[in-house]
Amino acid sequence: MPALCRDCLNDFEQGNRCPACRSARVIQHPELMTLSIAHMDCDAFYASVEKRDDPSLADKPVIIGGGRRGVVSTACYVARIKGVRSAMPMFQALKLCPDAVVIKPRMSAYVEASKAIKAMMLDLTPAIEPLSLDEAFMDLRGTERLHGAPPAVMLARLIKRMRSEVGLTGSIGLSHNKFLAKVASDLDKPHGYSVIGEAETADFLAGKPVRMIWGVGPAAQASLEKVGIRTFDDLLRWDKSDLVARFGGTGERLYHIARGEDFRRVSAHAPMKSISKETTFHDDTSDLEILDGHIWRLSEQVADRAKAKELAGRVVTLKLKRANFTQITRRISLRDPTQMTDRVYREARALFDTVADQGPFRLIGTGLSDLCKADGADLSGDLLDPDAVKRGKAERATDSIRARFGSDAIMKGRSLR
Amino acid sequence: MKISIERATLLKAVSHAQSVVERRNTIPILANVLIEAEGAEVRFRATDLDIEVVDKVEAMVERAGATTVSATTLNEIVRKLPDGAQVTLTDDGTSGRLTIEAGRSNFSLATLPKEDFPVMATSEYSANFSAKASVLRRLFDKSKFAISTEETRYYLNGVYMHVSESEGGKVLRCVATDGHRLARIDADLPENASDMPGVIVPRKTVGELRKLLDDDDMQIAVSVSETKVRFATPEITLTSKVIDGTFPDYTRVIPQGNTRKMEVDAADFAKAVDRVATVSSERSRAVKLSLDEDRLVLSVNAPDSGAAEEELAVAYGDERLEIGFNAKYLLEIASQVDRENAVFLFNSSGDPTLMREGNDTSAVYVVMPMRV
Repeated sequence: MPALCRDCLNDFEQGNRCPACRSARVIQHPELMTLSIAHMDCDAFYASVEKRDDPSLADKPVIIGGGRRGVVSTACYVARIKGVRSAMPMFQALKLCPDAVVIKPRMSAYVEASKAIKAMMLDLTPAIEPLSLDEAFMDLRGTERLHGAPPAVMLARLIKRMRSEVGLTGSIGLSHNKFLAKVASDLDKPHGYSVIGEAETADFLAGKPVRMIWGVGPAAQASLEKVGIRTFDDLLRWDKSDLVARFGGTGERLYHIARGEDFRRVSAHAPMKSISKETTFHDDTSDLEILDGHIWRLSEQVADRAKAKELAGRVVTLKLKRANFTQITRRISLRDPTQMTDRVYREARALFDTVADQGPFRLIGTGLSDLCKADGADLSGDLLDPDAVKRGKAERATDSIRARFGSDAIMKGRSLR
Repeated sequence: MKISIERATLLKAVSHAQSVVERRNTIPILANVLIEAEGAEVRFRATDLDIEVVDKVEAMVERAGATTVSATTLNEIVRKLPDGAQVTLTDDGTSGRLTIEAGRSNFSLATLPKEDFPVMATSEYSANFSAKASVLRRLFDKSKFAISTEETRYYLNGVYMHVSESEGGKVLRCVATDGHRLARIDADLPENASDMPGVIVPRKTVGELRKLLDDDDMQIAVSVSETKVRFATPEITLTSKVIDGTFPDYTRVIPQGNTRKMEVDAADFAKAVDRVATVSSERSRAVKLSLDEDRLVLSVNAPDSGAAEEELAVAYGDERLEIGFNAKYLLEIASQVDRENAVFLFNSSGDPTLMREGNDTSAVYVVMPMRV
């Protein structure tokens, strides 16, 4: 089994100690030298920057936070031992850890450190996808010949460089897709290096809770739990079509994630995922005329944005907030993508009609997602709605008038309501 | 209850029940099949509250009785038993368990009380008639591909079965559409069917119905009311609620004035469409048809991935025409043609196109073009 020393970067065949430097910081894995999708996550990034810049803090519990909302943004590992977590209200954190040193975030220092690390990652591959200042995906496929060393070695070298040149540590997750790479980087924190190979994927995921999936937060967990899905094993029992019927696009993603599959690419320029507009009313309303006017106006804004970006979407969403702040969202998938106000409005209006009696509302929004390029959009008409073609032409004509004479030059009466 | 049944017979009934039950539901008994034994007969009943299916099989009934067990588990067990096995099902009525014995295998499954099993209310049917399996099979098989899956237009999520007037008199007609294509299939009106109310038969019911229609000459008893429809063979009874909605006036959709006629071998056409569509990976792949004097050129131009072109000999005598369609829709309607040439009737590149088999107007298809 291939093995790698994380201290001297020596690679060798099997063994718990490095034959060259006798270090015990050795990673062994059958697929170590072939995997190439990685996730790098800095350890307690903000706190580590502060400790680096003020060595007297080294052994003290450090909490970064305060500011406007009074929550913990990062806690160092010393503070974490006491139970302090990010996003925890500051008063609670200080109750758990009264001797903590609380430091206000110094964003400029963090951005600088982040830039330095990003530059090092760019030395490995151009395909990096930063998720925030302190974490990023890297796609190292095809870089072995370039660097003369497999991705696993280059990643270990990156961590060493980060430590010596920027004074910060990070954890590496190495796997065959983004989802598993991200999961792996979290397995052995801090200053860790974890590998999830293709062969062990199914065994690894068995019995794991679904909250492990990036993007499945408390709300998603609750709706999954409602249908009896708590673990990956539960997910595996579902057909793809049932998951899609129940959870839409997320369902399809869950189906693949449950099998350890994730087809998303590591991409430096994350494409726009959705376009949405919403508005909050001065006074809560359940007046259908007024709400219909808003749906039209918002649909128009969404479609305008889509047209400007030359995008079209397959999913129309409607969002409402009731007077008591509970939120309603409804979505519908179209077979063909659209960028037309008329379609967005009609779908959003149909969705609204199913919940119209639940007012009064304080907020309404419409959106377009599952975006694609506009050249495949609105190509075919509707047999059952022969006027749609005429309305589509009218909309294109309206658009060109507005492009020439300003957006107020011509508008639908209903948008004035 | 104690009964003994041959494995193959049991498997047929149980697998049928299993396909109807909701696999994931919050009401546990809906996952179960109700087994009722009486005389020399056992009835297997399953429902998802919208569809109910009852399979009647002959069996050795040693002790009459009834119980319910998980349809999926029972199906799995029976499926894994060896061919030709004699299966004995016993429920002593007190232990809350059903034992299943076959050879040296012995299983025991948890039961739920039969009293809790929801039996679909019997209703008055306003029309009862009989139709050959082959006739119903043609009506539904040729229309079901056009059923919509769109939730907002739920009234399109099924096949509209109704009585209609055609050139040759009254017909039994099935129509399905999703707004992009439409299928309209006619059959001779069976005796006693003329008073039938039009009903929208849901997609799942259409799927279940298909299992009753394998034997060409089997007479299927059909019963229809405003809210329900029932299809029955001597062994199987399928009862289903119909979709509560109004099917749109599809007659307006079927073009009457399309005069540009193209006649083509359907199989050759379908293969050619399939071939040229390969170069595009888009979900809605557009194929362009260029027609001129007995010549059809099919082409696909996908700027990102490539282009393809193929020429076909057709019968076409009208002026030049270029029109685009979704490749999948073209393939689907072309594959409905099984005897003669496919006849396409076009108007302009923006208008719906009609397709039928030869001069046969008992099956017509309409497809909306795409801008290309």
